[in-house]
Amino acid sequence: MIFDNILIYFVLVPLLTLGCLALSRTTKQIRAITVTAGTLLMILATWLTVGYLQQRAAGATEEMLYTGSWLWFEPLNIHLALGVDGISVVMLVLSSIIVFAGVFASWEMPREYFLWFFLLSIGVFGFFISIDLFTMFMFYEVALIPMYLLIGVWGSGRKEYSAMKLTLMLMGGSAFLMLGILGIYYHSSADGNLTMNLVEIARNNSIPHDWQLLLFPLTFVGFGVLGAMFPFHTWSPDGHASAPTAVSMLHAGVLMKLGGYGCFRVAIYLMPWAATELAWIFLILTGISVVYGAFSACVQTDLKYINAYSSVSHCGLVLFAILMLNTTAMTGAILQMLSHGLMTALFFALIGMIYGRTHTRDIREMGGLMKIIPFLGACYVIAGLASLGLPGLSGFVAEMTIFVGSFAHSDTFHRVLTILACTSIVITAVYILRVVGKLLYGPVQDKHHLELTDAKWWERLSAITLIVAVVSIGFFPNFWSDIIKESMSVIVNVIPQ
Amino acid sequence: MDFSLSILVLVIPFVMFLLLGLVGMKMSHKVAGWLGTVAMGVTTVIAYGIAFTYFFGTGQGQIAEGVRQQIVACDYTWLAITDTLIIKLGVLLDPISAMMLIVITTVSFLVHLYSIGYMHGEVGFQRFYAYLSLFTMSMLGLVVATNIFQMYIFWELVGVSSYLLIGFYYTTPAAVSASKKAFIVTRFADLGFLIGILILSYYAQTFDFLQLTGEPTSVIQSAGGATFLGGSVMAWALALIFMGGAGKSAMFPLHIWLPDAMEGPTPVSALIHAATMVVAGVFLVARMFPLYLQETAVLELITIIGIVTAFYAASVAMVQSDIKRVLAFSTISQIAFMITALGVARPEYHEGVGYMASMFHLFTHAMFKACLFLGAGAIIHAVHSNEYTAMGGLRKYMPITNITFLISCLAISGIPPFSGFFSKDEILVAAYHNSAFYGIALSVIAGMTAFYMFRLYYLIFWGEERDYGDHKPHEAPAVMTIPLIILAAVTVVAGFIPFGHYVTWNREAFDIHIDWTVAGTSIAIALVGIVLATVLYRKPSAVPTRMADSCRWLWRAAYKRFYMDELYMFVTHKIIFALICKPIAWFDRHIIDGTMDAFAHVTHYASSKIKGLQSGLVQNYVTVYFIGAILLAIVTWLCVI
Repeated sequence: MIFDNILIYFVLVPLLTLGCLALSRTTKQIRAITVTAGTLLMILATWLTVGYLQQRAAGATEEMLYTGSWLWFEPLNIHLALGVDGISVVMLVLSSIIVFAGVFASWEMPREYFLWFFLLSIGVFGFFISIDLFTMFMFYEVALIPMYLLIGVWGSGRKEYSAMKLTLMLMGGSAFLMLGILGIYYHSSADGNLTMNLVEIARNNSIPHDWQLLLFPLTFVGFGVLGAMFPFHTWSPDGHASAPTAVSMLHAGVLMKLGGYGCFRVAIYLMPWAATELAWIFLILTGISVVYGAFSACVQTDLKYINAYSSVSHCGLVLFAILMLNTTAMTGAILQMLSHGLMTALFFALIGMIYGRTHTRDIREMGGLMKIIPFLGACYVIAGLASLGLPGLSGFVAEMTIFVGSFAHSDTFHRVLTILACTSIVITAVYILRVVGKLLYGPVQDKHHLELTDAKWWERLSAITLIVAVVSIGFFPNFWSDIIKESMSVIVNVIPQ
Repeated sequence: MDFSLSILVLVIPFVMFLLLGLVGMKMSHKVAGWLGTVAMGVTTVIAYGIAFTYFFGTGQGQIAEGVRQQIVACDYTWLAITDTLIIKLGVLLDPISAMMLIVITTVSFLVHLYSIGYMHGEVGFQRFYAYLSLFTMSMLGLVVATNIFQMYIFWELVGVSSYLLIGFYYTTPAAVSASKKAFIVTRFADLGFLIGILILSYYAQTFDFLQLTGEPTSVIQSAGGATFLGGSVMAWALALIFMGGAGKSAMFPLHIWLPDAMEGPTPVSALIHAATMVVAGVFLVARMFPLYLQETAVLELITIIGIVTAFYAASVAMVQSDIKRVLAFSTISQIAFMITALGVARPEYHEGVGYMASMFHLFTHAMFKACLFLGAGAIIHAVHSNEYTAMGGLRKYMPITNITFLISCLAISGIPPFSGFFSKDEILVAAYHNSAFYGIALSVIAGMTAFYMFRLYYLIFWGEERDYGDHKPHEAPAVMTIPLIILAAVTVVAGFIPFGHYVTWNREAFDIHIDWTVAGTSIAIALVGIVLATVLYRKPSAVPTRMADSCRWLWRAAYKRFYMDELYMFVTHKIIFALICKPIAWFDRHIIDGTMDAFAHVTHYASSKIKGLQSGLVQNYVTVYFIGAILLAIVTWLCVI
């Protein structure tokens, strides 16, 4: 029975929320529904984590737990196939935290906004619980489309342009992806029983090498666009700058993780041979992303642009680490997704709150805000410190795991790229401290800012949720690292060394 | 005292940080200040208990066969990166960490006490105490680290506490930019540290200090003689790790952040930028000393950097007008002495006396430099200015500050029987053992030290008395003078501690002998410096100005710190910012994004051209139909024949 599987509730809860929202009339009802949904998703994620760990502790050695498969479209052998390993569990936890915080960050938004917001979250959750290529792709598209309307309708600045650009570029990525998935499907089995199931395809390992050489770049670039890989990252600064607060949070926090997760779950997991052959090309591109994004962030003046370029740098590090193809670095990559998701969501939440008060995002027009809005200021400093990799916050753990893992390659090519990537810790410090110094410290630039009020309770709740998550990962990294590493080592085993 | 209690010295300050940071705003200044101070007092008592048990107790395996043992009091796994590379958080007790426990808690406690008076009524008083607790926790965690990654973790944490404290007066642009500079320069150095750790741990497959320093030869050999650009990989790793230390310890050319860091409140300068954090680099080299001994080329490099820094900083200190800047450059110079002492230390020379001397000087310097800074704080508190031009003749108004300041000046100048004499003498002995050139260079710099310190002393307390108006300077309150008296008292007696019995490179005890030829020369040079300063600055005189005028460009260059800051500004703003960041940002917007937009424009243009075909006019369709039909007919006909 499909409803016995806890995973399906990650899709059903937002779906039900959509229905309730459609029926709701008053603001009070909308808030009650969205808060309940956010809380339920958090509870589900916690429950799943506990259950997952119990099963593992009880000796479950299967690659995927909570598996279930229901035939959907027989001619193409498409199933609704569900299952999670440690990596998906971590991603689901991340998504639920961000949806929860996002609900509070968009407290005063209308009903229609929340409809699209929860539709987007269906796509996100669905993507992470699926292990069937087709359903994965479907949920992926479900997550992308609402973005167009959320930015185009509730955005700011050049919102139509940005929404169009973002959607077209990501759709372009999807086109590559579709080709890649079809290619994989037609080589999914040596004996003619074609399948869309990820685990089966990986087990069959029947994609011919010359096809892998074609399909790997298609899928990697397809997902890489969403992961903001250089040179396909330019949707990110414009898109984030125009998006409303919670959409930026969800987009940078979770949606960009779909890219990284897809790169590794589809491209590398299914085509390990091509991954080892072609990793060098993408290592160069992602290595460039890391430094390039950081340098670009140094001269931006719009808070959201700074953060968007910072995301290019941090997400570049995710893909960079995935391509190192060893357990340590890839574990670091997932940790970095988790960490970046949380802190960038925190950043965008705070930027939204500050923008809502000052009506500008230009750092040259602001200054000395720490004195006026100390709560938001302190949170911004904490987010900044997490971003520049302060020990005790999540970023440090992820970066160090990545660097140690990447350094396990002893050839000059990998060494040079790793050291190049390491330099980002200095450049990150430069742009973070530049923003903090201009925005929060120094004299007050605009005397109208003196009358600003500090965060409301829902804004505080949203920020504190994310900070608690960032700190808890920073303090107890081994918990998350172990969950990820266990599943990761299974995947790394299929990669030819 | 049981060693497992040692974890408390980290836990108590951390709890205080959380308490004062989260609910401090609800407390009154008085409650917050005394709460922080009392908690720090308890930490100090525990740290003393641990250190004394370590040095003088038995029964917990402190000494075996005449060698002091390294004891891991506790160790918790924090993050297992791989099966062998595991980051642990724990407490390692050995002579240097036990000594550092004493230094850090003593100075930190006195600074906590002092700040109650100094920071009285300041906005953000609770925040100040929260940051002080955070700093103390991080610094203690750094020195008791059981593995190099734990050290790196706390290394970053002291960096950020330093950033927060330098920028404490965050509405002042100078403080903000100083804090930014301090963080970024040290972060740049930490990049070297990190890469060094990565190289070292890749070959050695461990982060653990006991394994790294216990079997130094096998660690070095684990690299299998791999080389990079002519140097062995391990030498590179150790040099890069030292780069991290050089950044924190403000060694030339990474020193530029420290003078600016004086924008922070003065107690912070005393604690962080004089006594504790800035010696982290010295501590790092000392901690990994057995490894450095295997790569003597790196030790040579360290020695040269140390001597250059010591000379550079001393020459700049001679002409500065801001008293905290003088003290800052003097700190740089003194730390360079400690670094040099480590660089020249070899086991063959006199039981590796340089190592002991370095740690001894670290200890005595922490006390007298903290005393000097806190004294300077009392003076600034009284005259509300950092410039010596606003001071003069203060000895009448501030007798206690005067005496303690004088004692510390005598100590730093190396006049017996004050502590600085003993420690500096051992450094000189070690330097002369290694090479006469190093010895002579350090002796000359010691003379310069005596000169600039007494120049400072006379300009503040003697010289021309200023018109102080109605607000006559007055002595600081007791919470501020008591720390001064305690530190001065330590400075008087600390020289007689038989340091060689406690802290040596191989942890075996030996007796220190004073080499009277070296000591005699250094006393003589110091006296020359002092006499010169007395003649020039004790009474108001035009001689110093005339001397400065006679060699204007040199004076000017020294005053401008030999244009190092300008050089850095040029590199960061004109090269990195203008030639890398801006072009990249432009490239991104116009080339990369331009290409993406161009796709859209091309598509748009093409469709606008093609759309004419779908005009809806039947005669057009018919025309096209006939042309097409005729062309097709021709093609078919051609194909047939």
